[in-house]
Amino acid sequence: MDPDPVHDMIPETAKVEIAPAGVEGAVRLSEAKPGDRGVIVDVRAERHAGDHGVDVGELQRRLLEFGFVEGARIEVMFEGAIWRDPIAVRVDDMRIGLRRRDAEDVWVLLDAR
Amino acid sequence: MSDAALPMARIALVGNPNSGKTALFNALTGSRQKVANYAGVTVERKEGQISAPSGRTISVLDLPGTYSLRARSPDEVVTRDAVMGKLAGEDPPDVLVCVADATNLRLVLRLILELKAVGRPMVLALNMYDIAQRQGLRIDLEGLSRDIGCPIVTTVATRKRGIEDLVAQVDGLIAAGTLRAANTWREPDAGQIRDAHREAQRILKANVRAPERPDTFTGKVDSVLLHPVAGLLILLTLLFVMFQAVFTWSKAVGDLMSDGFAGLGAFISAHLPAGLLTSFLTDGVISGVGSVLVFLPQILVLFFFIILLEDFGYMARAAFLMDRIMGGAGLHGRAFIPLLSSFACAIPGIMATRVIDNKRDRLTTIMVAPLMTCSARIPVYTLIISAFIPNRPVLGVLNLPGLVMFGLYAAGILSALGVSFITRRVFWRGAVEPFLMELPAYKLPDPVNVARSLFLRGKIFLTRAGTIIFPIMILVWFLSSFPGAPAGATDPAINYSLAGRIGHFIQPALGPIGFNWQMTVALIPGFAAREVAVAALGTVYAIGAADAAPGALAATLQHHWSIATGLSFLAWYVFAPQCASTFGVVKRETNSWFWPGVMLVYMTSLAYLAAFIVYQVARASGLG
Repeated sequence: MDPDPVHDMIPETAKVEIAPAGVEGAVRLSEAKPGDRGVIVDVRAERHAGDHGVDVGELQRRLLEFGFVEGARIEVMFEGAIWRDPIAVRVDDMRIGLRRRDAEDVWVLLDAR
Repeated sequence: MSDAALPMARIALVGNPNSGKTALFNALTGSRQKVANYAGVTVERKEGQISAPSGRTISVLDLPGTYSLRARSPDEVVTRDAVMGKLAGEDPPDVLVCVADATNLRLVLRLILELKAVGRPMVLALNMYDIAQRQGLRIDLEGLSRDIGCPIVTTVATRKRGIEDLVAQVDGLIAAGTLRAANTWREPDAGQIRDAHREAQRILKANVRAPERPDTFTGKVDSVLLHPVAGLLILLTLLFVMFQAVFTWSKAVGDLMSDGFAGLGAFISAHLPAGLLTSFLTDGVISGVGSVLVFLPQILVLFFFIILLEDFGYMARAAFLMDRIMGGAGLHGRAFIPLLSSFACAIPGIMATRVIDNKRDRLTTIMVAPLMTCSARIPVYTLIISAFIPNRPVLGVLNLPGLVMFGLYAAGILSALGVSFITRRVFWRGAVEPFLMELPAYKLPDPVNVARSLFLRGKIFLTRAGTIIFPIMILVWFLSSFPGAPAGATDPAINYSLAGRIGHFIQPALGPIGFNWQMTVALIPGFAAREVAVAALGTVYAIGAADAAPGALAATLQHHWSIATGLSFLAWYVFAPQCASTFGVVKRETNSWFWPGVMLVYMTSLAYLAAFIVYQVARASGLG
């Protein structure tokens, strides 16, 4: 799936798939599916600089301010009908809607299903 | 102590969005509030007054909601600067009142830590405390107050509970003359935000016990309303109902009002001698005021739905559902409601763009809103279609006029999406703002607050739009009436007026799109409001009461215009910047004449181009 034009604009070299050190099996929140639950293990500032209206550092700060911090419980609740985007997540006790592209720097260690 | 001995004090309400801040503001100030814009920006400034039992008058400023002082939008800049007392034209607040949703404390605790650094005396209002109690949420108020270092008052704004306590607490702080500490706030980096979260988490753990009966209602409702298929269907149904309401409920009242104004005009014409004064009163003042007021029912019905859905917590869901569809055209999910409103009239649509916090997203939405087919275009479309489009079936079930009408609507929608797409790709390239939005817990709207917000919207429309639409209507009347026809003139008076001269003067420029001088003359009064062009065409072709007998006008147009000209006129009307009121509102909302100017240029260019292509193609196909 995913003929998502925005996602395809990211150069391959920028797609570093290195999970946070010491946390094996963590995945990007942007790749999670509804029903996935877990703990946020890392919130980075690295993806596609220049592609966003704000720099990655700013995006990271906004994510942190919305409660996407290391240690927070997270659950993906819903996704949009087109390109499965955006996603609605529950972070601790708050519900937040965000686009998958903005969720790429959030790494989640999923619970065993 | 006499009242005069106590100088007026100032407080500012600050808090997360959806914390019930506005409800608390309403509960505090009642009807004693004023709405304006902050100097130089388009952020709404809401101020009210309280009379404290001590006799002190306290002015309350309701600041835009925010999650942090790191100001990311113009609204949040106002909040930050006002909190720090650095906002130009505003006196610094003596006391800050931080409003928090008692059931959702995590993020606001981090904001409180930031606010503490500013160093002003502060009171925390734990709002929606009844819901917290119902959920069995246990908050150790004393411990929390100690940890955050400021007094706490529990409130239920919608029931006016805790309001007196809050006023007494604030008044006490002011009376005590609590000294300000130094402002040590610095823009936090990622590490500091993390630290603040840890601190907030610690405070939360120490003083708040998780609810015994957590809110499961929101989750259940969301599993329907946010469902990829069911959610979209429900949204579309809601929109359909909203549209019906706007067109049927408000149309009845609007028609009544138009009739009333027409009757008033007729009464004046009948009882005053014909002349300049009568013309000024009937064609200038009454149609001017009338053209403002007939929009009011539509606007109130529309805003009634918008406010209701906003207070219920649904608007964030609608933005979520539509985000990807709007996003494809470079628009924000929140642009959906304003564009929808523009089908009724671009004015409430443009006013509704205030829900979009990013400036560029908001501007793009404002710029494309007038391309949506508003209800004022319908009389013009109907006239031209009845004159030039033969009523014959297409594919058995559809008929050609209906299909053309649908095509005109589709052209409006597609061009709006196209213009925003091009704007975002060419002019504001790469600037795709992150889309992060809280989906608040659902709450039953409070009737008093809905009524108050609705009243406020109506008042804002009348003062803001009214003060600009009315003078423009007078100007258009002046242009169409001066100078008057010379004695013994045979042509309609408008031909001799300034409008007539302007029409004749610009006609050569509009020749290539097939417009004759009668059409260009009719465009001038049509600039006041689109539907006026119908009456104006009646005037230039010297058909009395063209409104009452559209058939006669259609027959005349058939006789005078080629089919190519008729089609070209339709194409022109899809895009043409034809309504002065819209420019007035765009000027108000963007606080500059630059954006209305850009709008005028781009819409005129599009209209000319579209009409040119339609006219030339039609002529080449033998319809000239």
